[in-house]
Amino acid sequence: MKKPMGIAGLCLGLLAVSASSADLNAGRMLVLKGNDRGATACQTCHVSDGSGNAAAGFPRLAGINAEYLAKQLHDFQQGTRNDPVMQPIAKALSDAEIKDVSAYFAAQRTAVSLTLSGDALVAHGARLALSGLWDKGIPACVSCHGPAGRGVGGHFPGLAGQHANYIAKQFDAWRNGTRANDPQSLMKGIALRMPKDDIAAVSAYFASLAPAK
Amino acid sequence: MANTFFLRHLIAALLVSAPWFIPACASAQATTPFAPPSEDSLPADKFGDMVRQGKDLFVHTDKLRGKYVGNGLKCVNCHLDAGRLADSAPLWAAYTIYPAYRKKTNEVSTFEQRLQGCFEYSMNGKAPPPGGPELTALTAYSFWLATGAPVGVRLPGQGYPKLDKPAQSPNIARGAKIYAAHCALCHGENGGGTQAEGAYVFPPLWGKDSFNWGAGMHQVNTAAGFIKANMPLSKPNSLSDQEAWDVAAFVNSHERPQDPRFRGDVAATKKAFHDEQCFYGDNVDGHVLGSRRK
Repeated sequence: MKKPMGIAGLCLGLLAVSASSADLNAGRMLVLKGNDRGATACQTCHVSDGSGNAAAGFPRLAGINAEYLAKQLHDFQQGTRNDPVMQPIAKALSDAEIKDVSAYFAAQRTAVSLTLSGDALVAHGARLALSGLWDKGIPACVSCHGPAGRGVGGHFPGLAGQHANYIAKQFDAWRNGTRANDPQSLMKGIALRMPKDDIAAVSAYFASLAPAK
Repeated sequence: MANTFFLRHLIAALLVSAPWFIPACASAQATTPFAPPSEDSLPADKFGDMVRQGKDLFVHTDKLRGKYVGNGLKCVNCHLDAGRLADSAPLWAAYTIYPAYRKKTNEVSTFEQRLQGCFEYSMNGKAPPPGGPELTALTAYSFWLATGAPVGVRLPGQGYPKLDKPAQSPNIARGAKIYAAHCALCHGENGGGTQAEGAYVFPPLWGKDSFNWGAGMHQVNTAAGFIKANMPLSKPNSLSDQEAWDVAAFVNSHERPQDPRFRGDVAATKKAFHDEQCFYGDNVDGHVLGSRRK
């Protein structure tokens, strides 16, 4: 005996459809070619596999949580995250395109060239990232970004394998307010209290870790 | 001379008695909290190794899950900065006030017995054996953190701050709104915590993987003090006292694992063990808290 689907069931069904509707192939086409409304191809800076560019500070996007990536693009659209390059591109993307391109990058897996682990800066960064800097009220980075720095859900992005100068640049952005899209201003508070040398150290540490497999 | 002598005794008398009634928040400002030693100073010998093992268990307590730990918590969840942080029940302040009489057990407990209580209640597990490797390591770590601290003195920063009575009595409905705005991001809408790669990153606050009805944190006043001084993580003292009381009431008005001292019925257990500020045995939204077994 089949029962007619109730309204609740119908809504659930629609939700399920919309949640799974990210089109990886459409995302891939955006990454390779951009769109005809002014969005340049993502690969120009982020590389088609999402590995980014360490020297230029273009972030690695491969393996980053799709929900997090989509939020960043929406935040660029709304201006809670400022960037002269990314804002016009984000504004040229539809909601569906944001979902597709986020899903594409989240699904990429690329190797990284690891920093030498004997480096004193990395060792100092490891200590801060794993234990925090409590006399400045800063908890261990891994207590929110995950024990291996591979991220937790849609609000705490993976940092493992991220380019060091990109991470350091975000601290500047939170400090000067060009980036104001962190939940409850958690990162802003930490960035304001974190000494410059320690920012360089934790950035080097996370850049030396293997990203999500 | 005589004046100096008198002054010295007066200071000594104040040191012994004052911390018992000075509110912790005031004393934290007035006095620099005790500073535990740096890890660099740990010797590379058997003692140093034992201390390191203790710290490792304290931070990665999930290693003992299924053995002595029955939930998804770690010691460091409630004792921040690996047990070093003032106003977050630091180990250095606990170690130096044991053995002590405890109302909870109506006995004088040693520090090791106090640790056993953590495993039975806060960790909803089983007490590791006295003199065994776990308690020896955790005791060694606590002892070492207390290096140079005076014995038998309640140090500033001990335990959690005791908040003044709130203007309005703690309210679950107001607390729910505060929880949604400040806590759910990490602990989840349903209080179940957040996992990544199969392990808890943000601890569960209620439900089957949280502390049980016998843990100190189930008391609204204890939780309010902890929350005020430590939550949200990296934003201590950002909630008002009233908000801390309200959200503590919300968190502690949910079901959690049974009190191990359960006497077969909730009312009898409440009468015997819960003469304190808590919701055990209370009817909240048509459910008597504590009436659902593990």
